[in-house]
Amino acid sequence: MDIRHEETALEMPGSTPHGPWPEDSLARVPYWVYQDEANYKREMQRLFEGATWNFVCLEADIPNKGDYRTNHIGILPVIVVRDADGSINCFENRCAHRGALIAFDDGGNVQNNFKCIYHAWSYDLAGNLRGIAFERGINGLGGMPKDFKRETFSPRKLRTTTLCGLVFATLSPDTPPIEDYIGSEVLGRIKRVLNRPIRVMGRFVQPLPNNWKLYVENVKDTYHASLLHTFLATFRISRLTQGGGVLVSPDGGNHSSYTIAIPEGANATAYKDQQIRTDQDGRFALADPSVLESVEEFGDHIQLQILSVFPGFILQQIYNCLAIRQVVPRGVGKMDLVWTYFGFEDDSPEMNRRRLKQQNLVGPAGFISMEDGCVGGFVQRGTAAAADHVSVIQMGGSTAESQATRATEASVRGFWKAYRRHMGY
Amino acid sequence: MDVAQLVELNANYARVIDNEQFEEWPKLFHDPCLYKVTTAENVADGLEAGLIYADTRGMLEDRISSLRKVNIYERQRYRHIVGLPVVLGQADGAAEVETPFLIVRIMREGTMDVFATGCYRDKVKPDEAGALRFAERIVVCDGRRFDTLVAIPF
Repeated sequence: MDIRHEETALEMPGSTPHGPWPEDSLARVPYWVYQDEANYKREMQRLFEGATWNFVCLEADIPNKGDYRTNHIGILPVIVVRDADGSINCFENRCAHRGALIAFDDGGNVQNNFKCIYHAWSYDLAGNLRGIAFERGINGLGGMPKDFKRETFSPRKLRTTTLCGLVFATLSPDTPPIEDYIGSEVLGRIKRVLNRPIRVMGRFVQPLPNNWKLYVENVKDTYHASLLHTFLATFRISRLTQGGGVLVSPDGGNHSSYTIAIPEGANATAYKDQQIRTDQDGRFALADPSVLESVEEFGDHIQLQILSVFPGFILQQIYNCLAIRQVVPRGVGKMDLVWTYFGFEDDSPEMNRRRLKQQNLVGPAGFISMEDGCVGGFVQRGTAAAADHVSVIQMGGSTAESQATRATEASVRGFWKAYRRHMGY
Repeated sequence: MDVAQLVELNANYARVIDNEQFEEWPKLFHDPCLYKVTTAENVADGLEAGLIYADTRGMLEDRISSLRKVNIYERQRYRHIVGLPVVLGQADGAAEVETPFLIVRIMREGTMDVFATGCYRDKVKPDEAGALRFAERIVVCDGRRFDTLVAIPF
């Protein structure tokens, strides 16, 4: 039975657990937002259980009737399952009886129904309560009351939608269609990569010692990449002086940054001029450069694209290295980053080998992405005593529109624009 | 194949990593070779990707030079506890060997936590000088969660 408990009814519009948002600018964010327990609980309700689309699995994970996977939307445990008619259902992974997990594995196949192990209550593939063990009791004794209405007791159901082989779910009836939610520019960049059936190549989980938003901001932060990650700058995989830019959806929540494989020309000495640590100037060379041997795969010279969909979905293309990353909050100061490396079903053996080698660039041990694993923790620890101070997010101005440069924090501000709207701040 | 020699190879392998003599690590492999860090789950699902994937000694050397010169991470080191090798078979002059391991990660501020456990699945054969070297070392981790980052190979 669902009894919605609303937080304080007397709450002032726009107020946060720390009073009003400190300054009415997207370029300032208070540090308590990464630390506050009450705010974290509110995020779970207003963002993850609110009018947002959340990645739950790949269509390829559940090709046949009864195939299912379990996942989390924020802290909400869910089951995603393929129904008999080919449609995909998603419902809360919580038995209507005593609240136990209905499925406690990562996935599998259930044929026609799920059965809770605790007292054997069973559910069909749409999450409807269908069976209650000993519902009529034994020898006329015990059992459920005759007026018990099974149909009013089911786990919460989510709406699902698919996009290019990705499955998203939402608990809210108000979430707009996925195409409108993502916006046409960023949508085009998803379709650019996911243009044919994919093939999962590996899965890893990277627990991070920071609030989930610090990682999402890092993904959207086009400014840091070639400054923090020496590997990117050294091998000209992505430098701010190369062509590229950032697309931000109108509501701010979704973004796609990109680097174009075109020489830097007049800007070639900019890193040296700025005395940037990541400018290695030949001090580091690869013994076996095959890790960087890539081929033009999408026909548009974009050699690097990082894309996010609010609140916690990320699609990555670095050369021929493709991955999906899902952000799963695990408490105020912890999160899981769930990596799915993939290629395409029609990959040649050469392309497969290329991807295997390039996968060294990303993930928990990635030459490029390794630093992103620790830098969020550095912020979490650095701001421990600074709850009421603010971070400065002003590169490229104070607004959140698309820009033809990556020397900007426009998409980070976009995140806060969407965040504040969903949170009512 | 002599188990005592395999024990010595593994002891040496663990020692060069734990003592941060990383430049010695690639020398314990043949060239070409296969070194991969993955999970039992990926192996069971037939998924080929690795956290680290190297098929030449040069790629192993690049791991080390990147670790030394390029990547940024908080100071840390490992302590390997390596179990006894079991020889599963012989083929093409190489022994197939399986050896369990446990790795404690020691962080800058002093935390000592179990970082990974698993099993090395190896193909081992002698080089021209007769010293045993890895033609293949697949590091199959028991779990799938890798805390914060993996800077140093296992």
